[in-house]
Amino acid sequence: MRDVAVIGVGVTKFGELWDKSLRGLIVEAGLEAMHDSGVTSKDVDALYGGNMSSGLFVSQEHTAALIGDFAGLASRHIPATRVEDACASGGVALRQGYISVASGIHDVVIVGGVEKMTDVSESLATDALASAGDREWESFLGVTFPGLYAMMARRHMHEYKTTKEQLGAVAVKNHRNGALNPKAQYQKEITLEQVLNAPMVAEPLGLYDCSPISDGAAALILCPLERARKFTDNPVKIIASAQASDTLSLHSRRDICTMDATVAAARNVYRQANKKPKDIDLVEVHDCFTITEIVAIEDLGFVKKGEGGKASEEGLTALNAEISVNPSGGLKSKGHPVGATGVAQAVEVITQLRGEAGKRQVKNARVGMTHNIGGSGATAVIHIFEAI
Amino acid sequence: MSAPRFWREINQRYNLVGTECGNCGKKYFPIRSVCPECHRESIGKMKKVKFSGNGKVFSYTVIHVGSSMFQMQTPYIMAIIELDEGPRITGQIIDCETKDVKIGMPVESVFRKIGEDGKSGTIYYGYKFRLMK
Ligand SMILES: [Zn+2]
Repeated sequence: MRDVAVIGVGVTKFGELWDKSLRGLIVEAGLEAMHDSGVTSKDVDALYGGNMSSGLFVSQEHTAALIGDFAGLASRHIPATRVEDACASGGVALRQGYISVASGIHDVVIVGGVEKMTDVSESLATDALASAGDREWESFLGVTFPGLYAMMARRHMHEYKTTKEQLGAVAVKNHRNGALNPKAQYQKEITLEQVLNAPMVAEPLGLYDCSPISDGAAALILCPLERARKFTDNPVKIIASAQASDTLSLHSRRDICTMDATVAAARNVYRQANKKPKDIDLVEVHDCFTITEIVAIEDLGFVKKGEGGKASEEGLTALNAEISVNPSGGLKSKGHPVGATGVAQAVEVITQLRGEAGKRQVKNARVGMTHNIGGSGATAVIHIFEAI
Repeated sequence: MSAPRFWREINQRYNLVGTECGNCGKKYFPIRSVCPECHRESIGKMKKVKFSGNGKVFSYTVIHVGSSMFQMQTPYIMAIIELDEGPRITGQIIDCETKDVKIGMPVESVFRKIGEDGKSGTIYYGYKFRLMK
């Protein structure tokens, strides 16, 4: 296995981008990443594209070849592979790119992630997202994607006395960070009162407990660490990559307040990187809902099980506090174009490790983590990056 | 959902039929052909079992923004029910106020209309739950 570096990053503005198409978004992010890395299309050996559901959102499948085509790579005939693991598609695409470079099969790889979600109505988008759960035994019976996380939240409140205010603290913190991110969908702070008084989506989760429906794309360029300096002065090393799975339906899980897939992948990355939770300076966790961030910081070992709500309320996860969680604003404030999310999390961590994050810069950031979840936790993919 | 796709599961949806592992005795819903505990020892030993439909509320939510087939019914209650025989199952709780449900309450299953496909006019039936008196 070879060491792998990220040598270029690109990310579009996230939001309701009615003037931009699926292909337009991903090509914009991809060209930005290539420009940032210094590679040219001649150098690229393969492309991995994370996308959850372009079939349901824009009636377009076969997305990876389309991306390669409009990035001007068709005449090079490189392998272009779409990766789909629901909301973890981007993180898993990164892992596929990492594996292909680490193994020696490819040298320079583009990893992209994209979702174009706002071309359909809210109820069709709700249906498409619900397809990440068990279609036959969950969504067909009436439970939505927010509904699954709401049941997780209700049980967490029952077992650990987590409160609505503690959930709300996650949203307030992520909006505070997102206000400092020029690419974020919502660059505006919110108050706890706004969160608590928002219309309900699935009780106990209100509108401000949920990440938005978004358009957006992100891209990374990977290459062997030993070749990285030929292209760029500031490569970032991927020091661990792990992925795990669990039952598709929430009701079949051992414990709905713990994501065993996250726990399994976390154990694996900490061992690979020879790091402990206290060695991580910043983490981009998958906060599709406020409860998801609370469960994630517990499962990743930053706090004890059941103490995620309290830690969030006490400010331990704020920018430059104990552990900077979601300095980008997270899915909640930055936006959640599902297939792009895992790649965009990596873009944020690399930007932070290069010291280029501007007003939201985490001080002395050396080691960063990304945590990307699919569905209600049936897939988890985690990476650790280190500045070199 | 297409009619054939629905009809394949009709015994499970109408009669709450799942499976029991002949090796370890654990029960599952919906039907599985391999026991996740026993793996290959269970192959060929998974038998059909009908559940009583009685259980307890394990967790629940009130849905205010529904998916397309359910948006006319909001707000409605969805729950994970822990059946008396062990497995957990997702279903709607009906015939009560949204504020009446609490974790741990006993429920029983009832046979009801789940929804209809507006385009084809097909009506789907299956299990829902109500609080025990
Ligand atoms: Zn068994």
